[in-house]
Amino acid sequence: MLNHCFLCRNEDLKEMLESSKESLKLEAMKRIVGLIAKGKNASELFPAVVKNVASKNIELKKLVYVYLVRYAEEQQDLALLSISTFQRALKDPNQLIRASALRVLSSIRVPIIVPIMMLSIKEASTDLSPYVRKTAAHAIQKLYSLDPDQKEHLIEVIEKLLKDKSTLVAGSVVMAFEEVCPDRIDLIHKNYRKLCNLLVDVEEWGQVVIIHMLTRYARTQFVSPWREDAVFDENSEKAFYDSEEERRVDQSKPYIMDPDHRLLLRNTKPLLQSRNTAVVMAVSQLYWHLAPKHELSIITKSLVRLLRSHREVQYIVLQNIATMSIQRKGMFEPFMKSFYVRSTDATHIKTLKLEILTNLANEANISTILREFQTYVKSQDKAFAAATIQAIGRCATNISEVTDTCLNGLVLLLSNRDETVVAESVVVIKKLLQTQPSQHSDIIKHMAKLFDNITVSMARASILWLMGEYCEHVPKIAPDVLRKMAKTFTSEEDIVKLQTVNLAAKLYLTNSKQTKLLTQYILNLGKYDQSYDIRDRTRFIRQLIVPNEKSGALSKYARRILMAPKPAPVLQSAFKDRDRFQLGTLSHSLNSQANGYLELSDWPAVAPDQSVRIVEVVEPAGAPVFGKSKPGKSDEKFYSDSEEEEEEEEEGSSSEDSSTLACLSEENSDDSNKSSSSQSDSEKKKKTLKNKKLQQQKPDSKDSHDLALFLSQLHSFFLNQFLASSPVFVPETSRELLHRMTGKGLSAQYRFTRQPCIYGNSMVSLQLTLSNSSDQALENIHISEKSSTGRDIHRFNASERLEPQASVTVSMGVDFNDSTQAANFQLCTKEDEFSVSIQPAVGELLLPITMSEADFTKEQSKLVGMNESSATITMTPENVSSQSVNRKVVSVANLGVIPSSQENIHRFAGKTVSSGCLVLVSVALKDPDAVITINTENTVMASMLLRQFKTALTNSGP
Amino acid sequence: MIHSLFLVNASGDIFLEKHWKSVVSRSVCDYFFEALERATEPENVPPVIPTPHHFLINVLRHRIYFVAVIQSEVPPLFVIEFLHRVVDTFQDYFGVCSEAAIKDNVVVVYELLEEMLDNGFPLATESNILKELIKPPTILRTVVNTITGSTNVGEQLPTGQLSVVPWRRTGVKYTNNEAYFDVVEEIDAIIDKSGSTITAEIQGVIDACVKLTGMPDLTLSFMVNLDISSELNFACCFARQCTVTPVTTVFFSLVAIPVYVKHNISFREGSSQGRFELTLGPKQTMGKAVESVLVSSQLPRGVLNANLSPSQGTYTFDPVTKLLSWDVGKINPQKLPSLKGSVSLQTGASKPDENPTINIQFKIQQLAISGLKVNRLDMYGEKYKPFKGIKYMTKAGKFQVRT
Repeated sequence: MLNHCFLCRNEDLKEMLESSKESLKLEAMKRIVGLIAKGKNASELFPAVVKNVASKNIELKKLVYVYLVRYAEEQQDLALLSISTFQRALKDPNQLIRASALRVLSSIRVPIIVPIMMLSIKEASTDLSPYVRKTAAHAIQKLYSLDPDQKEHLIEVIEKLLKDKSTLVAGSVVMAFEEVCPDRIDLIHKNYRKLCNLLVDVEEWGQVVIIHMLTRYARTQFVSPWREDAVFDENSEKAFYDSEEERRVDQSKPYIMDPDHRLLLRNTKPLLQSRNTAVVMAVSQLYWHLAPKHELSIITKSLVRLLRSHREVQYIVLQNIATMSIQRKGMFEPFMKSFYVRSTDATHIKTLKLEILTNLANEANISTILREFQTYVKSQDKAFAAATIQAIGRCATNISEVTDTCLNGLVLLLSNRDETVVAESVVVIKKLLQTQPSQHSDIIKHMAKLFDNITVSMARASILWLMGEYCEHVPKIAPDVLRKMAKTFTSEEDIVKLQTVNLAAKLYLTNSKQTKLLTQYILNLGKYDQSYDIRDRTRFIRQLIVPNEKSGALSKYARRILMAPKPAPVLQSAFKDRDRFQLGTLSHSLNSQANGYLELSDWPAVAPDQSVRIVEVVEPAGAPVFGKSKPGKSDEKFYSDSEEEEEEEEEGSSSEDSSTLACLSEENSDDSNKSSSSQSDSEKKKKTLKNKKLQQQKPDSKDSHDLALFLSQLHSFFLNQFLASSPVFVPETSRELLHRMTGKGLSAQYRFTRQPCIYGNSMVSLQLTLSNSSDQALENIHISEKSSTGRDIHRFNASERLEPQASVTVSMGVDFNDSTQAANFQLCTKEDEFSVSIQPAVGELLLPITMSEADFTKEQSKLVGMNESSATITMTPENVSSQSVNRKVVSVANLGVIPSSQENIHRFAGKTVSSGCLVLVSVALKDPDAVITINTENTVMASMLLRQFKTALTNSGP
Repeated sequence: MIHSLFLVNASGDIFLEKHWKSVVSRSVCDYFFEALERATEPENVPPVIPTPHHFLINVLRHRIYFVAVIQSEVPPLFVIEFLHRVVDTFQDYFGVCSEAAIKDNVVVVYELLEEMLDNGFPLATESNILKELIKPPTILRTVVNTITGSTNVGEQLPTGQLSVVPWRRTGVKYTNNEAYFDVVEEIDAIIDKSGSTITAEIQGVIDACVKLTGMPDLTLSFMVNLDISSELNFACCFARQCTVTPVTTVFFSLVAIPVYVKHNISFREGSSQGRFELTLGPKQTMGKAVESVLVSSQLPRGVLNANLSPSQGTYTFDPVTKLLSWDVGKINPQKLPSLKGSVSLQTGASKPDENPTINIQFKIQQLAISGLKVNRLDMYGEKYKPFKGIKYMTKAGKFQVRT
């Protein structure tokens, strides 16, 4: 009957939907949504509803969407009818319509449309509206759960959206990242700093997700700040901006926090004030897992503030505080009173507060806490009273000063009228007595007297165990208790029966005269008991204690087995092992690993390459170099000829630069050396020539060295106008530094990363891969400090321990001073030292720069004469194409490609790493020949480069 | 993240369900009902319940359980906070958040839930933005809609959605530019048997009702008159439509307790009668009157009935829940209110172990018990002169007296 009615109703809904009146349709849809809300099935209306998907009425359309998302999975074929409408809506000029179309399209769980979804997501991810891009980020997860095979494509979209600068998108895309590819930590590197900086402006829900992700990230990228000798700088702003000197950390120096690590801590701190409790909790767990211990105190107050929030919030926050308070009592001790229990609290809140109070207890505050506990014991909530007794027990074992007080208090509770309270007290007393039984035989006697009145089996069992264990202290009472038990044995609970058997056995061994018969009686009862366990135990005990022919050897030891001194139980918190889970997570809350929980890794022993987070900033490359010039050195010979030369050279370049230079020379002219100035006057004519000489001269005299130094500094300043660019090509091949045979198991390979070195502007950055192919762990791998003469080397942080078959990648910087002479140093392990050397190819001593074609020709025209070297080669036919020329050149040398308007001329530009000299390379193709021209002041380098280019370009093959 | 949402009423019926991903059968709630049965009080249901394939996270507000179904790891507070936000939104839209209101507005509820979450991840939770997307139902609008056929659903993306201050619409205009602030302080305290304070804390909220045109910057300066042992901690946040609500938390270690209670509650062994006497009096109120006083106490289970006489106000005793409540009203310092009489115990029942705890609620107008004062309000960025007003109030939060 009911069913019939329902069908009727559906019929009239169908009619309404098919009518031409908009209001009737809307009314029908509202009733249908009502049905869905109640959980009733309305799927048979699908055909009638889906027709309205293109309705003009926006409310009607929305309701149709609601329906569609709910039932499309069940009616896949019909759902396809609606797809074209969404595809059209995706092109709508209104961003809200585009977004909602994408939302619905991606929510329809029909596998056939996966390609369409993929396409729409890709398109939406480049939409101008951040709101639509946010929707696209949400759609990524939907598509992933529908078809995990799309993972690779989706990761591409995630990568793109991670670069998005909109705060609206950030949270959603990180969410997608966490769901689809949480292990692709490498996608975060470049966006790390941006995410840190955007965080405050991201919407609250996004903040939670990002903070959790960054916590995980930081634990893989930074070294532990929890070192004893750590030194902290709250405002390491400085370290962040001019990293050069700060980073040149010697191993002997104490721990200095990575500036990126500090950035994260600094930028999350204000969020502790958020109104969203989830955000506050997220920041708190971030601090707990990442911050140096002494900075933890700031989260305490925020967490305590959350306790004023809703009951459910309190529950989660208290759980987390409970875990924290085990490890760090001091954090919450000042707020102890905030954890006092109110009679109106829910039971689970009360128990958690009790847990925390117990954790906080120490010698100083125990009396206050015990006084508070006394009121709790009297609580009407008996479960809570029982928990309090347990807590008292824990306090008593942890703080030896109060053990006696607690014990006396608990004994008083034995006369309580409530059975649960008494039972719990007995159990706790039993545990406490185990620590010091001899002094407390009167308590045991007291409990024996109570025995008849106690009915809770756990308590009865506890008393029996106590009797047996300490039967020597109560020689008269114990047999009597056994006698009583013999009478009631059959009606007892299993746990009590087991303890009775135990008691009998122990008495038999100590006092067999009185108890032999009783024991045998009980063992006989046990033999025919219904429970397996008791029959089993009886058989075992009988064999053990009653000597007969068969049992021989074992019964001799029966006394030692049964009466062995037993260690006292350790009463510890239920939250003891919760810290294996990340705080604030569901897994922590449940104390079991939830599906999709992402493990928080341990701190790495050695920080991975920090430079991965460096984002190519569009700013003058040489600027910091000049800012760091050491005036002490350059002042002396400041007013030298070369200075003026530079000025002349400047002519024609931007006036701004030269004016700055002029200012500079004025500034320093006071300190300038008169003689050198006159010298400069006299030599003015030959200035260009002289300059070249200086460049070529070996820095044998101090003067010329300083001069060269200053020159190079000027040069780098001069190069400001040209932007440093990222390397066009980074060779993957690594070279051997140390063979595993010579290294006694330690092998090392190095590779040029072609990135600007973070340790110093004149250094070439290198990546070292250390592997251990021996069968023992290698310890303390580092570069010896005394050995690295001749070359300025930034050592990598010592790798504390390298397990067998493991390898670690570290980065270091070497100042080759623009020469291809090898850098020699000692690679040391704990036991051995190995001399190694790195000889750089000339092309690695360069850094690419970009400039316009016009600038290139202008600079080239200045570097003529001796500064120019060229060669004509005959190209192999397959090398003629512009790609292959480009490829060959950039693989030989780390140069930037200059866009060229002439098809047959290829231009490349770079600067030397140490001195910053311009290196301009051009390859002019004149079929079948090619002319390679290199313009640079460093002619030694030029000739070497030329030779290499020649071989590279004439050789065929890749 | 959030898979599905079920609303369960006090009698344990599911009256609304909403799914954001594949449909989860409502039988998953059986685990919740089990927990509900086990709990002695409605509040005792654990907020997080694991089941073999899902996790249920629930909040209880207005006697409705909001049960969210989760399938994988998610910060539990994230879900709890969101559920509370849902309740706040319902309250905002319908005035009350009750089963009846939700059932009556089921379509709006559905539209709201659809906007608030996308694939289980919060999308728009600011009530300011939601109200532009879905207009709150009013009688007038319902009438207009039926006549003109217009709808409750906005067609444009709310401007707030794209801004970094999502709680503020752009281009707001008011005819009267006014800013009112209520400084409301709540005292949480536990007073022990002898009348000494065990713990006391003050939390203050500054409720703002600001109707100012444009986008002005406001600076509120305080005058704080505190001793060294007190600490002040501000936590600011913003919410509510066109108004700005910063919330302030104040921790004080020395708190002036404005009321005292003299009590004499005793049960004698063997007798079926107990004595019950309560007297309230003002203390440290800086001359202000203590108003709207309400005393409640959960009497022990053994109590059958209470036969009391109040010197002022009315009292009720519910023999089933054993809840005694006494509506005192205003405390007159010349004639202190008292409640005296006897309580009868179950015959044969033993004397209760513990005397009941007394919860007190009160209000004191024109007083901020912490001594906090608003000094001035400065406005920058706009040209007009706003009308300003300030009000102080002190209330009891969780104020308990142990007897």
